[in-house]
Amino acid sequence: MTQFRRYIPVIAVIAAVVVLQVVLSATHATYYMTQITMSAYYALVVIGLCLLMGYAGQVSLGHAGFFAIGGYTTAVLTTLNLLPYRDTPLVKLCSSLGLIFQRQDIYGADILSFSPWVAFVAALLLAVIIAFLIGLPVIRLKGHYLAMATLGFGLIIYRIVLGGSIFGQADGISNIPPFMILDGLQVNGRVPYRVMNYYIAWSVVAAAMVLAINLVGSRIGRALRSIHENEEAAHSLGVDTYRYKLFIFVLSALFAAVGGVLLTHYNGSIGPSEVTVMKSVRYLVIVAVGGMANLWGALFMGIILNFLSLRGVFGSYDDAVFAIILIVIMLFAPQGLLRMPRLPALWHGLQAREDTAKPVPSEVEGMAVPQKQSGGSNG
Amino acid sequence: MDSVLLETRNLHRYFGGLHAVNDVSIKVPQGAIKGVIGPNGAGKTTLFNLIAATIPPQDGEVIFRGKKITALKPHTVACMGIARTFQTTKLFGRMTVLENVMVGRHCRTRCGFIAGMLNLPRTWREDRETKEKALEILYDLGLKDHASETASNLPFGRQRLVEFARALAMEPALLLLDEPAAGLNIYETKELARLILWIRDRGVTCLVVEHDMSLVMTICDDVVVLDQGRKIAEGRPSAVQRNPEVIRIYLGCDDAQNSES
Repeated sequence: MTQFRRYIPVIAVIAAVVVLQVVLSATHATYYMTQITMSAYYALVVIGLCLLMGYAGQVSLGHAGFFAIGGYTTAVLTTLNLLPYRDTPLVKLCSSLGLIFQRQDIYGADILSFSPWVAFVAALLLAVIIAFLIGLPVIRLKGHYLAMATLGFGLIIYRIVLGGSIFGQADGISNIPPFMILDGLQVNGRVPYRVMNYYIAWSVVAAAMVLAINLVGSRIGRALRSIHENEEAAHSLGVDTYRYKLFIFVLSALFAAVGGVLLTHYNGSIGPSEVTVMKSVRYLVIVAVGGMANLWGALFMGIILNFLSLRGVFGSYDDAVFAIILIVIMLFAPQGLLRMPRLPALWHGLQAREDTAKPVPSEVEGMAVPQKQSGGSNG
Repeated sequence: MDSVLLETRNLHRYFGGLHAVNDVSIKVPQGAIKGVIGPNGAGKTTLFNLIAATIPPQDGEVIFRGKKITALKPHTVACMGIARTFQTTKLFGRMTVLENVMVGRHCRTRCGFIAGMLNLPRTWREDRETKEKALEILYDLGLKDHASETASNLPFGRQRLVEFARALAMEPALLLLDEPAAGLNIYETKELARLILWIRDRGVTCLVVEHDMSLVMTICDDVVVLDQGRKIAEGRPSAVQRNPEVIRIYLGCDDAQNSES
């Protein structure tokens, strides 16, 4: 059952999550769970970006944009009041299909709007379509050019959100209803639902991790990594590099959008601060700190750093802290924080250096050759 | 036996004002080892890139197994059975030797994104087969002990061998070798010659761009000489060696012995 060995860390994480919940509940510190839940949704963005950046080697500085496409789509659709259009055939059709539901806003007035499930599906579809259309031209670019192009995309989304009246401009959108996933199971940020949402968020993260580690370990994962290592060689081995890069770009956008939708319902609101370039940079920093091609590192750092940030540990220097972390990581631990040169590794490194200082007995390592063929001289 | 596997017809490729490949027509028979020689800048690598569809020709066509492959993409051409190695070894440095060779099985396997993400049983089976096949090739090339090593940690000669293994994993019909002996010492070059002959004996047709004349003369059944983009001679190595135009243009002087490099 070697196929299932890869799931052991997932099970370990789930166990740790349960233990943490028990400890927090026992110590009456459940308020920490709110930030952990939010961090888990942000971690979804990070997992997607880790696949794109760490494994396929394609930079994106626009992932806050995809998060926002998810979040704002669901926000708009679930708060749009359709009451004035109640008698139009389209709205009638939608409500007969159960796509629309009636609720009351905080002032007790009736609101008719799309159900969160509809909004969820629409948000993901929209994110996939936009990622596909953006990716189509952009993913042909390499390195800095790709970074610039995705940065531009992020900026455009930010300006649209900030300027569009249906997006609430600088105020964003609030009073977003909870997301009833099933009867009794809902994404809701209120205190009574704290523990439930902690588990909902972690279930989604666990599912995302399983999909991601499976993908990375598969034929496609190898192809993606080979693109990262040497695109020309990958191409020559029959890997359709353009298609795979486009796919992983869309997939990572989808992960970001899922995070955006769920966090928006959890918070009950979304604002332009979710869409800033610094948010995109933050996701990128977390992937880098986690060790780039390291899903577990990305998840771990995604939870820790977002949690600290949300707890306000970094104060008003929040964005600066992430920028500094990026610089420090790039300078001193480009392999990520979890793979820092530890002492044993350093020791081995020193020993290896001594070994190479000794004269090598034979310069000729020799190219081994198939045993079956004999012939030719043995130099 | 004598059927033509690959044929180029009047290929032309310009880079700006440079006519890098000028009206080159060659035929590579099935099961042969064909050499492409010529001085630096003769258009050898460009010819390779045209065949592998890395760059398109401005005129002319490439026929592989009777089909025109000129307008196709490199990955399609690769999956049709044309493998290549590079002048400067292009391994996937941070992947293991085994993984490198497993990527070579890409065209021979099917499993897609969804099956991969869900880790469906058929992906296990396919992955196991891929691994077995890759290990088999590593064994054949004497690299089995290095399977789990990171590719970039291997010495240069072995890295080139891994590149061969990766290309062979594709089970190609045609293998394009771009200066396989570059950077190898005399001993390694001799081993390389044996390796190429062994590959041919497994049924893989080889097209070799090479500077090392002794290697070309030992292994090739047939040699094409390029100069400034044009084909100036073609034939058996011994015949080409005596061709006065080849001696004049390619070797640059009358005394052939002094100019071999």
